[in-house]
Amino acid sequence: MRVLTTGKAAMLNGLKGAALAAALALSPLALGLAVPAAQAAEGSVAIPDARFQHDRMLGTFDRGALQRGFQVYKEVCSACHAAHLLSYRNLRDIGLSEAEVAAIAASYQIPDGPNDNGEMFERPGRASDRFRRPFANDAAARAANNGALPPDLSVIAKARPGGGNYIHALLVGYEDPPPAGITVMEGMHYNKYFPGHQIAMAPPLNSDGQVQYGDGTRATVDQMARDVTTFLAWAAEPELETRRAMGIRIILFLIVLGGLTYAVKRKIWADVH
Amino acid sequence: MASGLHESSFTNPVVRWIDQRMPVFTMMQKEYGTFPTPRNFNYFWNFGALAMINLMIMIATGIFLAMNYTAHTSLAFDSVERIMRDVNYGWLIRYVHMNGASMFFIVVLIHVWRGMYYGSYKKPRELLWILGVVIFLLMMATAFMGYVLPWGQMSFWGATVITNLFSAIPLVGNSIVTLLWGGFSVDNPTLNRFFSLHYLLPFVITGVVFLHVAALHITGSNNPLGIEPKGPQDTLPFHPYYTIKDSVGIVVYLIVFAFLVFFTPNYLGHPDNYIPANPLSTPAHIVPEWYFLPFYAILRAVPNKLGGVLMMFGAIAVLFVLPWLDRSPVRSMRFRPIAKWLFLLWTVNFFVLMWAGGKPAEGLYVVISRLSTAYYFAYFLVILPLLGKIERPLPLPESISRAVLRGGGPLPGGAAAKPMEKA
Amino acid sequence: MAETLAPSSAPELGQTQGGGDHGPDQGTKRDFLKLVAGSFAAVGVGAIVWPFIHSMNPAKDVLALASTDVPLGHIAEGQAVTVMWRGKPVFVRHRTGAEITEAKAVPLGELRDPQPDSARVQREPWLVVLGVCTHLGCVPLGQKPTDARGDFGGWFCPCHGSHYDTSGRIRRGPAPANLTVPEYNFTSDTQIRIG
Repeated sequence: MRVLTTGKAAMLNGLKGAALAAALALSPLALGLAVPAAQAAEGSVAIPDARFQHDRMLGTFDRGALQRGFQVYKEVCSACHAAHLLSYRNLRDIGLSEAEVAAIAASYQIPDGPNDNGEMFERPGRASDRFRRPFANDAAARAANNGALPPDLSVIAKARPGGGNYIHALLVGYEDPPPAGITVMEGMHYNKYFPGHQIAMAPPLNSDGQVQYGDGTRATVDQMARDVTTFLAWAAEPELETRRAMGIRIILFLIVLGGLTYAVKRKIWADVH
Repeated sequence: MASGLHESSFTNPVVRWIDQRMPVFTMMQKEYGTFPTPRNFNYFWNFGALAMINLMIMIATGIFLAMNYTAHTSLAFDSVERIMRDVNYGWLIRYVHMNGASMFFIVVLIHVWRGMYYGSYKKPRELLWILGVVIFLLMMATAFMGYVLPWGQMSFWGATVITNLFSAIPLVGNSIVTLLWGGFSVDNPTLNRFFSLHYLLPFVITGVVFLHVAALHITGSNNPLGIEPKGPQDTLPFHPYYTIKDSVGIVVYLIVFAFLVFFTPNYLGHPDNYIPANPLSTPAHIVPEWYFLPFYAILRAVPNKLGGVLMMFGAIAVLFVLPWLDRSPVRSMRFRPIAKWLFLLWTVNFFVLMWAGGKPAEGLYVVISRLSTAYYFAYFLVILPLLGKIERPLPLPESISRAVLRGGGPLPGGAAAKPMEKA
Repeated sequence: MAETLAPSSAPELGQTQGGGDHGPDQGTKRDFLKLVAGSFAAVGVGAIVWPFIHSMNPAKDVLALASTDVPLGHIAEGQAVTVMWRGKPVFVRHRTGAEITEAKAVPLGELRDPQPDSARVQREPWLVVLGVCTHLGCVPLGQKPTDARGDFGGWFCPCHGSHYDTSGRIRRGPAPANLTVPEYNFTSDTQIRIG
């Protein structure tokens, strides 16, 4: 928000009568900030800033983290969590080759049909297929998970106050045994950052080396949490890098155009003042 | 006027041929070319043009979004995400549309604020003002229905809560709500009709904007001094002076807009709206979009269902009669020593309401909401009528040109007009 | 329009456009500025138009689905199947020996759109063509055994009476060209992938 404030102020600087307008325009933005922040703080525990590079104003995704994160998602999360908005072809964006994508897709059996006999069947996945769901439907998912529905992870990073920082905090925020004086219900787990602190999901990342990284990175719990969070942030906003690159160019263009327009304005009004 | 042709002053043969038969060029020249406009506008007078641009951006992006959107409860959420992921530049068009709604309200709220500060609603511009309030109402309806379309949690529960407002109406309330829903809950028929109306209303708004501009061009614009131009020395032709000044404003506006779209596109939205609608579970804190928060705070400030709804609609309704509540003969707050401060307090109070509307309805927040609601109405219903009687306005400048030329110093009579003849 | 406000402004407008009494130097400088600012604005508007137009082109998921696998094993000689590819029907016909001979025997000179049969098939028994008449886009008859197949044993378009032969070539009627052969390849002896 700070950048917006100073950036705007600089643009309007020297324009008579505009300062108040800027203040008025900014106020709702400042208030808007207060709303999600207040809700994030609802559980009364502040979410630590995990300092992801893609959270910076002009940051991009760490390609290595994306690929490792996909591995964590594939080997751990996808046992229960769907990501039905993603297709295997999207994995090209995290730096996998066409052949790698085809191999990953083919390793899944995708429901298809009906065939000529009217029967549904399964076939090896293709790049154009959506990620295979672990359960046929929500009821099946609940039945297999003690009544709790594992949410779809496609846009989870956009769907939680605090975004990636929250997901990362949640993944490393389990405490067993729970702090003194807190009883956790049967089948629930204590998590410092989950609203209400009792979460049905058992600690998904529970021991170092749970995933064998191919690139030699040490798979600590925190590292795996960071990687999978990066992957989920990308899954939620695959356009992020294009968007920021385009934004810089457009804003620079507009600043030049603004300078030119203001110069023409000064010239035209020179007669009047 | 031979043979019924319009007497055109244009020389280009094609332009002239059209203009003689349908004088659109003459009209444009008159309304946007030579149109005499007070020479002392400040940058607050940009916001009408900005609103017009914003409306066009919303319609353009909306039309292209509709080409890819599916208005069905089981497909809507995914179709929006498909726009974000698969449609070429879909993310750009959607983020412009989504943040464009916020930009539209920022621009229009400042435009309304300017009208209130400089007394633009006063005679002879009452109808112009009323048409403006109609536009504002239509905008709110359009924005509300647009927010339902992605069919996220906030969409669904926002639609449920807002349509349920009508159930407060005695006797027929529940029937009206069933009618709005087309069923017994917010469901597919509701989504379908909201999409239809969301597409329709912007064109209704465009129509009312035309009326708004037509009314403006009868009375002419107000200005920061709130005194009418007394002659040519007080005005400038709209083009090029205000076309270029509006252009400067448009570029600055686009920079702010671009910043929102490209760097913080979801900042003004709510994360819960990326959770698909679930009729079985209400989010812990449902809040409307930021531009509805002041009115939402007023709704919740009243402990009675019907009362809250009436107060909320009353908060807009009172604007319709504002021209008759404010009895002061002076327009601009610059010359109203008491009203100026009480109006600025009203402005701060509006933001307090906005803030309170985003907080849970409990404890101190309710008390603050009630006090703020009281002041919101008191300003219109008590303070303005009273000030009209007891306030002593500062002396008004003799004319716009006089005030503009170094603060209206004691120029000898007639000298004020002189520099203008040269310019 | 309020008459009291009306007059006067015109001369001012005229002056501004003409550069007024500021002398030629001022005038050219302003005109140059205007030109640069105007061009910048025009470039900006032009650049805005492209995303809108491009959004109407096929989306990424549409392009990704642009290939279809067709198993051939169950298509007996003389039979044909119709499959969907990019929202259009594709005719896959298992031709008989007689049909192949007939297709190959036609002198190219008799054809409106001359193409030898060998240029239209990858393996002789299998003819794969888009089931879209090259006249105005109707789907020709001839896939079902009961369909009319026209005078040349291939397909017959009921809309405007185009006759295609057993190689999908136009022989009579208004259509200007042969039925289009889509891009496809044999992924195995019993399966093709179209697109």
